[in-house]
Amino acid sequence: MSSNTAAMSGAEILVKCLQAENVDTIFGYPGGSVLHIYDELFKQDKIHHVLVRHEQAAVHAADAYSRSSQRVGVALVTSGPGLTNAVTGIATAYYDSIPLVVISGQVPTFYIGQDAFQECDAVGITRPCVKHNFLVKDVKDLAQTVKKAFHIARSGRPGPVLIDIPKDVTAHKTEFHYPDTINIRSYNPVHKGHQGQIKKAAHLLLEAKRPMIYSGGGVILSDAAEQLTKLTRYLGFPITNTLMGLGAYPATDQQFMGMPGMHGTYEANMAMQHCDVLLAVGARFDDRVIGNPEDFATHPRKIIHIDIDPSSISKRVKVDVPIVGNVPDVLDDLIKQLEAIGGKPDAAVAQWWETIAGWRARESLKYRTSPEKIMPQAVVEKLWEVTNGDAFVTSDVGQHQMFAAQYYKFDKPRRWINSGGLGTMGVGLPYAMGVRYANPGATVACVTGEASIQMCIQELSTFKQYSVPVKIINLNNGYLGMVRQWQEMFYDNRYSHSYMSSLPDFMKLAEAYGHVGMRIERPEDVGPALELAFSDKHKNDLVFMDFIIDPTANVFPMVSAGKGLTDMVLADDHL
Amino acid sequence: MRHIISILLENESGALSRVAGLFSARGYNIQSLTVAPTEDPSLSRMTLVTFGNDDVVEQITKQLNKLVDVVKVIDLSEAPHVERELLMIKVRATGKDREEMKRLADIFRGHIIDVTDSAYVIELTGTSNKLDSFIAAIDPVLILETVRSGVSGIGRGDRMLKV
Ligand SMILES: Cc1ncc(C[n+]2csc(CCOP(=O)(O)OP(=O)(O)O)c2C)c(N)n1
Ligand SMILES: [Mg+2]
Repeated sequence: MSSNTAAMSGAEILVKCLQAENVDTIFGYPGGSVLHIYDELFKQDKIHHVLVRHEQAAVHAADAYSRSSQRVGVALVTSGPGLTNAVTGIATAYYDSIPLVVISGQVPTFYIGQDAFQECDAVGITRPCVKHNFLVKDVKDLAQTVKKAFHIARSGRPGPVLIDIPKDVTAHKTEFHYPDTINIRSYNPVHKGHQGQIKKAAHLLLEAKRPMIYSGGGVILSDAAEQLTKLTRYLGFPITNTLMGLGAYPATDQQFMGMPGMHGTYEANMAMQHCDVLLAVGARFDDRVIGNPEDFATHPRKIIHIDIDPSSISKRVKVDVPIVGNVPDVLDDLIKQLEAIGGKPDAAVAQWWETIAGWRARESLKYRTSPEKIMPQAVVEKLWEVTNGDAFVTSDVGQHQMFAAQYYKFDKPRRWINSGGLGTMGVGLPYAMGVRYANPGATVACVTGEASIQMCIQELSTFKQYSVPVKIINLNNGYLGMVRQWQEMFYDNRYSHSYMSSLPDFMKLAEAYGHVGMRIERPEDVGPALELAFSDKHKNDLVFMDFIIDPTANVFPMVSAGKGLTDMVLADDHL
Repeated sequence: MRHIISILLENESGALSRVAGLFSARGYNIQSLTVAPTEDPSLSRMTLVTFGNDDVVEQITKQLNKLVDVVKVIDLSEAPHVERELLMIKVRATGKDREEMKRLADIFRGHIIDVTDSAYVIELTGTSNKLDSFIAAIDPVLILETVRSGVSGIGRGDRMLKV
């Protein structure tokens, strides 16, 4: 318990609360209503504040700080435009269930509702994209509210929590007391799963002839990769990880089938569709993963679904054995049950593996090569090699994101950092910043596109100010590539506003910000350039690598929106 | 199918808009919604009438339970319960309609709670169906104004929604 009998200002209390939560880094941007808070930050040195160049980036950085560690990310913004700029970041975190505490300044309590300068209804604007939010009207409630915010953000199904603090509350004084524990009667997330259900699941798994394990972001968020890997190896079943779940099971392992869904591998989608028992873990059967739910349901299979959030269960697909609980706890119990039963998986599973081998032989990730043009897939493969498959890779949204997900084989959780649910262009660069702060010294690569990177390009300046040496892999196709791909496939090549002329010279741009710039135009230069960028020579530099790639490269396999999962367009139709 | 959902929630500013926002964001129907503090002033009780098939209503209750301010949720219409709604209706009451309106109110066990030279305000409590029937029984040209409270409901016997 932290207690101090001398009265302190709200601003001082807030900073003390953050210290009590062991917050070491916050990302923020000052303004009128948070000046008292900034003054308190100035007077201490336990919390490092990173001054970004746009509030959206502050929230993205805090978000990636959290994604790449197990900790709650923290961002601080001013009222009005500071808060509205932060909304995209908050929504991005919300859609991927990332635990954040966002603190926004507000006009003084006695001005609220009077259309004061830089007033906006922060609680109202963010309500649909936060797990919870608070407006603190009395300094006496402040410490308690911060405690609640951290607790809510990280427990249960995690998510962002906003604390809106009027300026006068940061000036008012009271005694500081930070509670050790908190009890919210209306909020009691479960931990343990129902043992009877877990037993049922164990039997079902042992009876399965065509089993499949499908895991999502929930496994990463709950730090259950170890349990998932143990279970998968114990059973010897095939496994797929969603875009949000990559790294939960080592991608270089034989049992790994690649990613499922819209741009999933042929074998993963075929196995998802044709399995007889599907074990879904911390995943939500979303439209990008299972395609058309009616088509998915036409193949009978028993589904076991483990998730912390009851509302994720039977939302889009009816399941047979729902298990609500914290994923690592449930998986531990499931492994125990399997060991207790002592059974072996059905012998028919060997046949299933043969079927899978047939699907794998399609080599659905094979891509067209060219002696003239740089293929984006090859850049990602080379990146994997050069970084020994052990980098943190952030990405933006588009074709480059899918190439990174498909070709960088993630063996560890929390290494692949991207916006899956909201699909927010612009996250890549601030994500790289957040990752580096959560993992000092780590190798961080941002795989981006020339359009996405421009949505938060101003952050190059922040990287300079704080000497954050990440490597940017710009897969420059001169197009809003993913948009162009859809226009090619569904709009008869009418490329309506998906081409950007007047791109900046990224090399010079990087240099203008004080960084190292490179332009790579020939396939044979890809390897050497990457090796140089990741060499000791540039250990302390941000290197911006502008790869001029084949603008016609498309992402395959592809399941069109609304289609069944096995209705895939494959690359070999286009080689 | 019509469902009556009862919700116990923290009596805090913003709690109501979280519930209302959830319904509009997810495209659920709200036919009526009433809310007031309970005997414990820290809690409000809300009764919400919605339409949807079982899957939709299951999602609605799960999503409501997910809101941090929501303490408890039950689907009242799943088991024996009583429900009531209050109607106040202002009708033209002149000439022979004056007697006729009084008679009709009596038949439905309503009360005239305000009288002027030209109008009555009649109060009527009952199920929504009963209120509908009463309104249907009145000549539409005589109806000046109506206001309904929305449904409140409570479980029968041992069935309770309490912390
Ligand atoms: C903020 C935002 N606006 C629009 C979109 C829609 N969108 C998805 S991918 C894409 C194109 C991205 O282009 P680029 O970053 O160059 O990546 P590429 O697909 O070319 O690899 C667009 C516009 C989005 N996801 N996010
Ligand atoms: Mg592009």
